[in-house]
This record gives sequence, structure tokens and C-alpha cells, in this order.
Amino acid sequence: MSFTFRHLLGTEALSRDEITFLLDQSRAFQGIQKQPLKKLATLRGKSAVLAFFETSTRTRISFATAAARLGADTMNLQAESSSTQKGESLVDTVRTLEAMKPDVIVIRHAASGAPHFVAERLGIPVINAGDGLHEHPSQGLLDALTISDRLGRLDDLNVTIVGDIRHSRVARSNIHVLSKFGGRITLCGPAMWLPAEMPGMAPNMRIEPCITQALPGANVVMVLRVQTERLREPSLPPDEYIRLYQMTPARLALARPDAVLMHPGPMIRGLEIDPAVADSPQSTVLEQVTNGVAVRMALLYLLTGGAPSAATPQAG
Amino acid sequence: MEERMLLIHNGRIVDPARTFDGPADVLIEGDRIARVGPKLDAPGAQRFDASGLVVAPGFIDLHCHLREPGNEPAETIETGTRAAARGGFTAVCCMPNTQPVNDNAAVTRFILDRAAASASVRVWPIGAASHGSMGEGLAEIAAMKDAGIVAVTDDGKPIATAKLLRHVMEYARSLDLPVIEHSEDASLFAGGVMREGPTSVRLGLRGIPAAAESICVARDVQICTLTGARLHVAHMSAKESLDLVRDAKRRGLPVTCEVTPHHFTLTDEDVTYDSRYKMNPPLASRDHRDALLTGLADGGVDAIATDHAPHTQASKDVEFDRAPFGVTGFETALSLALEALVHSGRAPLSRLVELFTSGPARVLRKTRTIAAGEPADLTLFSTEHRWTFRAADSASKSRNTPFDGREFRGAPMATIVAGRVVWQRET
Repeated sequence: MSFTFRHLLGTEALSRDEITFLLDQSRAFQGIQKQPLKKLATLRGKSAVLAFFETSTRTRISFATAAARLGADTMNLQAESSSTQKGESLVDTVRTLEAMKPDVIVIRHAASGAPHFVAERLGIPVINAGDGLHEHPSQGLLDALTISDRLGRLDDLNVTIVGDIRHSRVARSNIHVLSKFGGRITLCGPAMWLPAEMPGMAPNMRIEPCITQALPGANVVMVLRVQTERLREPSLPPDEYIRLYQMTPARLALARPDAVLMHPGPMIRGLEIDPAVADSPQSTVLEQVTNGVAVRMALLYLLTGGAPSAATPQAG
Repeated sequence: MEERMLLIHNGRIVDPARTFDGPADVLIEGDRIARVGPKLDAPGAQRFDASGLVVAPGFIDLHCHLREPGNEPAETIETGTRAAARGGFTAVCCMPNTQPVNDNAAVTRFILDRAAASASVRVWPIGAASHGSMGEGLAEIAAMKDAGIVAVTDDGKPIATAKLLRHVMEYARSLDLPVIEHSEDASLFAGGVMREGPTSVRLGLRGIPAAAESICVARDVQICTLTGARLHVAHMSAKESLDLVRDAKRRGLPVTCEVTPHHFTLTDEDVTYDSRYKMNPPLASRDHRDALLTGLADGGVDAIATDHAPHTQASKDVEFDRAPFGVTGFETALSLALEALVHSGRAPLSRLVELFTSGPARVLRKTRTIAAGEPADLTLFSTEHRWTFRAADSASKSRNTPFDGREFRGAPMATIVAGRVVWQRET
């Protein structure tokens, strides 16, 4: 099969085959991360705009690294320095960026749907690097790659996601990916962060507010960041959150012994996660970061017109 | 001097105020209806052949935004009322949230002067309830009433506090004006952009629960009980709000309500990141929408109002979160109502006509009927005419409608205001 998408706006619209294909392509780039000389010339002469209308360090550096390793140039726009502060509309800003003739635009924005809005108005591919409370598709894909690496499969997994689900674009992208592989997904967290409508998003989902009920049998435990900066409603006292939902060694022990423990970062040790869990052998936190570069290389490569076969020889 | 005469003949008169539905002619002399009856003979009269058309009393829109003064790039009284005429409306009530706010007689007179100079249909201004609609001191309501307002409201938001609402309603009662409420609890609204539900969760858009509206309707009905003033609930979108209004009516309280065409035809499932689906109140879930349709059919709802809310292309062509609330609505209202109520079999044609005529008229304590001596305001429409609405061809200055390109069965065909044909469809 080939990748026919013009944009990557979310994982919801991707089929299981398309996700499998994207992960296969990402694996081709994983090997490069382990080589002493990591730079390819595959995308030499191509350029990517990284338009970050919302503050980000990890994702922006990950995309920039991915582009650099493919030999592509990057142009950066950050919210602090952008013309949006001067009252320019998003459509005018991105049309200005497009006029500099990049081959792809990577966009992060605080408004859900902003990448869709941009994709409808530009003639170049758009990669969603996180939009509001909606999706963070490259995170969903890199998490799938990490799970697949550790457990040897993506099919039929018991997945427990713990934390602020309502405000999490990471949770949404992961739900759309893992449910397509038959995942049984349990959502666990404080009631006001667990919309009752959420299980309607995909088959085989349930809500379980009690963490000791949510973890037994889990192959994958995903701990979300407590995104205090995104909350508008009165937030939960941190001590209450720690008491009920912090991932401790005792709680993690309720999951399957070979369960992987994931966190999209940045993590706050002592709040949503006990440091002993963060540093445990079950934790995949740093592998997720490494895989992020491979997944983003694959996305940049495919969306700027690279043929799938050309990537394969790079596998190692 | 001989008065200008116009004979509307061969039409089907549907006049809910007189519970009349049948073939009859209408003779207009000057700006009044002179005679109504079968096969009228009027030598020298200009003739309008209404064969195949419904002849209804002139439609009234209780809720629109004409944007003048202050936001003329989005709409003016001239362009807005031209669009209203194309929608079959003969009178429109314009909300006071202009710049400046219509909270004093000078602004009211400005609006009426502009209407006299440029409007295609009658303009009945609604005044602000509080100064600047800021929710503190009362506006100059009595002076505005003398200047010509027909109601008061702080539309765009509810009247801020129960205490202020009480004062407004007591005062409005003494002036015999209805108080129109945009019922919405600010703390539950909380920066939301669409109705809370499965779609808002999936799209990651901040949700507004239906209770944000009904909680405030409950408050408003309580103050109505306390004061006895007339309460009209604007653009109602929640089942529980309708239940509260029904209950208030049963108890004999002077409570009425309106529903917009977009709320009774679309649902939250239609929402995408396209800002043409962003309005306040937001589109309701299917069960709430169905409850509104039931209310329209059975009399629980008093009027269809458009909440025509034009916005410039530049202001709407932004991220969904940043876009202003509101959609245009004059030109599609009747066709949507025909589709949802009459062609669907939910309600007879006379009920639909009532929702556009005697229903809103009662809210304003006016009459709307086709009888000798009445003002010659008539709406002529077809229940069958097939047409496609094109936003680009709209008479409104703005294009922010979710119904662009929609094909309709049934359409306004001519609009008569004070005896003059102010618009007629080209076919």
C-alpha cells in the first residue's frame, strides 16, 4: 500500500492499514538514530515550516531534529515572535509562510481544528503537531511504535490511561490508534476530567474512576501530564490528585508484570508520577522521545513526496 | 386624491388569527387592507396574480441584528432589511447590541430615521434593558418607548443579576413592554464554543451544557412570577428550557419563547471546525432539537425568530475558537420551516404561518391578520417552489450561513409592506 494522505491532521481518520504502514516507515528511520552519523540527504533542498502558535519545546525540537536528519531546512515561527501578536489573522500568517515556498508546514495551535483550518486554505501538506484539546497524531503514532517495540504487538491490548483525559489531545490520538487494533481502553481520572461521552469515541472503551479497578490486566499504562495551564474550571487540589491518581510502584504493580509505563512528557515527578515509577524498567519515557524523531522523519518524508520504497534501504 | 389600489387575487389565504384557510382575494387601498373576500372586483386596481401561492399576514421577525450603527461592514439597516424582505419578513425587531448600544432615545431615533430613509420593511427596535447592556444601571427605557422600542433586552447575554432583572421587569411591566431574555449562566458557559456532548468531546471543542440555558430560564421564570411582567425567552435551544416555559404557561404566567430555524433543523452533530456552525446558543443535540420541533408543532413555542447575526468574512474566517458567534438567517427561515414542519408532516401550514405572524405579534401585543382596516403587510409564498440558496447572492452584506448551497422546496415569493410590493422573486 502507499500513503495517500495529503496532510496528517489526526489519527481518527487513519485506517489500521495506514497506521501499520506509517509505523513500518518509522521503523526504517529508527536505525538511523543509533548510527554515529545520523544525517541523510533524502530531503536535501526541501524545507519545512515549523509554525508553533503555542509554546512547545519537546515537539518543536523533535520535528526540527527529524527535518535536520533528513537534510531538510526548517523555518521557525514561534508564538512569542509571531505577527499574531500584532493582530494578523491565522490565515494571513500561514499564507505569508506559504509564500516562502516551503514543502510542508508543521503546526501547533491552542485552538482545536486550527490545522484543519490551515489545510483547507493552503496548497501544501499540513502536519498537526497538537491542536487544542483535539489531537496530537505524531504522539499517538510514536506511542504505538514504542508499545509495538516493547511488547512485540499492537493488537488486543488492555490499555489504561490515567489523568486529565478531558483536556488531553494525547489521549484522543492514542484512543483512535489503539482502538483500531482491538485495544480495550480504560479511562481513569478525576470525574470532572472524564467526560461521560468519551467512551463513545471508539469501541471497547470504559470509564473507571477508581485506579485500583482500572489497572489490573493492563498491558499498557499511560500516565498523562496534569495540564494545569489548560484548565479553566476550578482545578483539583494537587494533594487530592496525588492521593487518588499518582502512579506509584504499588499501583503499577496492579497491572500486568510486563506492562509498559508511558508518559508523553513533560512529566512532573511527585505529582502525576512517583519518581521510582518514572525511572523503573517498565518506563518507556525516553524511548518515546527517541521514537518521536523516527516517526516525525517518516511523516516529513512521506508528506513531502518521498516514495515509501526509497526509505526502506535506510533501515538498519 | 384617489388612493393606489392593489388586488391580490387567486391566492390561498392562510390567516391563523381568524382560523381562515381558503381561496380569497385581498384588495389593498393605500397602506391598508380595504376588503377581503372571494372574487373581488376592483376596477382600476393594479392586479397581482397569486395563483398557486399562499397569502399570509406579514411575517414578523422578533430577533435580528442589523449592525447599524457601528458595524456597517457586516450589515446596514438597508441591506439587512432587503434580506428580510427576500425572506418574506415585513417587520423585523433589531437587537440593541449596536455600537453605540441602543440604550437611549437618541439611538432609537437614529435607527428609526435610518429605517425611514433606507429600509425595505418595518423596523421595530428593541432597547437595552441596562445602560450599555452592562448589567448595572437601568437604561432610559421610558424615553426609548416613546421613541419607538417594542421590548427591552440585554441580548448577547442575560440581564446580569436577579436583582437587576427584577427591577427591569417591574419597570417594563409598568410600561407594558416585554422583557426578552438571552438566558445563559455565565459560569457554565465558561468559554464554550459548542454544545457539550459526544461531538464536542471528539472535536476537542469546549462544550456548553444545555443546563447553562435552562438554569437561567428557571431564574427568569421565577422573577416573572415575582413581578408579573411579560417574559420572552429568546432563541431557545434546550428541552428543559421549553419544559420550564410550558410549565409557566400552565400556571398562567405571561411567558413566551422563540426558536430559530438553525436550532430546529441542525444539531451539534453537524458541527465541524467551520465557523459557520458557531452560534450562541449552540446547536443542540438531536433529542433537544426534536423537543423544539414538538414545541413548534404543538404550541409550546410561540414564534420562529431568525437571530440573523451577520459577521464580515474577515471576522469569521478564523480559528473556530476565535470566531464570533452568529449566523445569517432571513432568507432561509421560511424554507427551513416548511421543510422541518410542513413537508415533514409535523404541523399544518396554518401552524407554520402562526409561528411567523400572530405568534410573534402576540409577544408584542400586536395583531397580525388579513382583514379590512388592517395594515397592508402581506407575505406571499409557495410551498412547492424549488430553489437553491446561494450565500453569494444574498442581499445581506454577510455570508456566514451554514445553509449555502442548500436546495429547498418552498420559498417566499413576494413581500408587501404598507401596500407596496417591496420584493418579488424573479422566476
